[in-house]
Amino acid sequence: MKKDKKSLSPEARAIIRAQLTRRSLFAGVGAASAAGLLAACGTGSSTGLEAVVDVSDTEKIVRWANWPLYLDFDEDTKIYPTLAAFEQKSGIKATYEEAIDDNNTFYGKVQGQLSIGSDIGYDIVTPTDWMAARFIEQGYAQKLDPKNVPNKSNIREVLANVGYDKGREYSLTWQSGFAGFGWNTQKLPKGVRTMEDLFVPANKGKVVVLSELRDTIGVIMLYQGVDPSSNFTEDQFMNAIDFFKGKISDGFIRQVKGNSYSEDLKRGDANAVIGWSGDIFILRAESDGKFDFAIPESGGTLWSDNMLIPSTSTHKKNAESLMNYYYEPAVAAEVAAYVNYICPVEAAQPELEKIDPELGNSPYIFPDAATLEKVKVFRSLSADESTKFQTAFDEAIGN
Amino acid sequence: MAFLHGLSKSHTDSGSGLKRRSLTPYILLAPGLIWLITFFIIPIFSLASTSTMVRPEGSQIGTYVQELRFANYIDAFLVSKEQYLRSFVYAGLATILALAIAYPLAYAIAFKSGKYRNILLVLVIAPFFTSFLLRTVAWTQILADSGPVVSAIKVIPFIDETFRINNTPAAVVIGLAYNFLPFMTLPLYASLERIDPRTLEASGDLYANGLTTFRKVTLPLSMPGLVAGTLLTFIPAAGDYVNAAILGNPNTKMIGNVIESRFFAVVDYPTAAALSFTLMATILILVTLYIRKSGTDELV
Repeated sequence: MKKDKKSLSPEARAIIRAQLTRRSLFAGVGAASAAGLLAACGTGSSTGLEAVVDVSDTEKIVRWANWPLYLDFDEDTKIYPTLAAFEQKSGIKATYEEAIDDNNTFYGKVQGQLSIGSDIGYDIVTPTDWMAARFIEQGYAQKLDPKNVPNKSNIREVLANVGYDKGREYSLTWQSGFAGFGWNTQKLPKGVRTMEDLFVPANKGKVVVLSELRDTIGVIMLYQGVDPSSNFTEDQFMNAIDFFKGKISDGFIRQVKGNSYSEDLKRGDANAVIGWSGDIFILRAESDGKFDFAIPESGGTLWSDNMLIPSTSTHKKNAESLMNYYYEPAVAAEVAAYVNYICPVEAAQPELEKIDPELGNSPYIFPDAATLEKVKVFRSLSADESTKFQTAFDEAIGN
Repeated sequence: MAFLHGLSKSHTDSGSGLKRRSLTPYILLAPGLIWLITFFIIPIFSLASTSTMVRPEGSQIGTYVQELRFANYIDAFLVSKEQYLRSFVYAGLATILALAIAYPLAYAIAFKSGKYRNILLVLVIAPFFTSFLLRTVAWTQILADSGPVVSAIKVIPFIDETFRINNTPAAVVIGLAYNFLPFMTLPLYASLERIDPRTLEASGDLYANGLTTFRKVTLPLSMPGLVAGTLLTFIPAAGDYVNAAILGNPNTKMIGNVIESRFFAVVDYPTAAALSFTLMATILILVTLYIRKSGTDELV
């Protein structure tokens, strides 16, 4: 990414980044008012879904919805090299859209169609763990045929058995990342490794945290000694919310947002953030080490975005061959070299070393056991918990 | 209003052309009516129906059943009354700020711009060539802690080192005023431009000074534009959520942010629907009162 955008001025890049951020808060200009969408969307349940017919053999296409800046892209030729190679190899025409800007917004957009079984226009979607869990639980995901995805076995061991999808029957990890502390090394030369470091008096009004509940509250819970992957209680969760609220009301936390927090860091509006590993490494590479990232001493969170085939897709087999393709080590390495997040294919490491030795040895792309020891995956929440906790979180951030 | 005149007139008409002529208003109205029914009336009913639904305990996220629970409205209002009030305060302040900027601007374009008039008018609407969201994001650069505006203000003695504009209520109000400025300027310009300069000369002939002329002649004659402009600014500003989300902080959230959060993040459709409905009703009442009070209902 660093190379690609060099031709633009810093301001233009800032604006583009701000708009294209992976999880920005804002659904986009075109997104109609909540009221309009509200009216357009049904509130039905997923019952009564009819099985779709797979027309993969006659319609050689696959349509993929992913987050922005999440697939290797060649700025000069305007193509996605690995995707173009897939088209060549398989004869399947792939449409790639950076259509997911926020898990909740994306769900809000497609839920109505999914619930009545009408095509959402994508054969692969890439939601984060908890949203993938919701898709699977509500019957909005199709079961993968292991015969069509033999490379599935290449998946990193920690990712092979996740709570919401034992044995990866429905989903495959696209990329993973850590949530932890990011900081400006000029403003905070000593770095930020503990919650106390984050909330030093000099950072008053200069801390920005993620609007992703599971990351921000997960990091706070770990600081309070509660494991967010365990069966924690509502009280334990609300304790973390209280701590969070306190830091907002005493003015330490300036803003709670999606990944446009990297703009706040660049502008100097934030000295330190609770942010995502990949973002901060890209910032670091762009700015000659002005920013750094660390997993908190008390622990950070590990999240993944997962490819799955929506229940309405009629190109399941094509989607499966695409998934299979991206689990080839050489292909996975090419993607990792671009996106800088944790590569789900462990065997891609030697391949990435060939492309870039430094990246190939990064513990943030191929984490070692010691690194993985420090991070937790926020557990799945029941529908009741999710509603209650998300309401508490949104009220804490002023909504 | 005008079309009603047309209707009543055609009814009293007699002669061979009656039938076709009486249909004309309806044919003319059809596209607008179909549009309104599809995209406003039907959604309104859907919204009203959603607003009284309840999520059964233990059911999946996004599942709601109709229980005609009108208490949803009270619950929704009670949790968000702060943001509610804030929306109207911010929208009001933004309207006043926009008026203070737009009136002199429109006046200058209407009376003093000469051959530059068209260029200036294009400049007023030029911001529309760029996306609303991008322009708001651009403001975060302009108002940044180390940006030009804050640096300039910090030159003033006694300004605290921690002074900032980004992520404050001021930034939200400034953003709102900026984003809706053209909606204020254009109606004002349209009203001012129609004023016959001879009325101003007559005022001068009657020994009124500049200020009196403005107060007694220009301002009253520009009232339709002023009312239209303030409405076109206030209404979207009250429901806006982009400015508060990008330029504000957790303590400056407006009602639009709450609706967005309930709809997308919490997936609590009934609360979001109830809040949207209440917002619509409140704005309708305020607008009606305002138009009554300003006595320009026949002009708007």
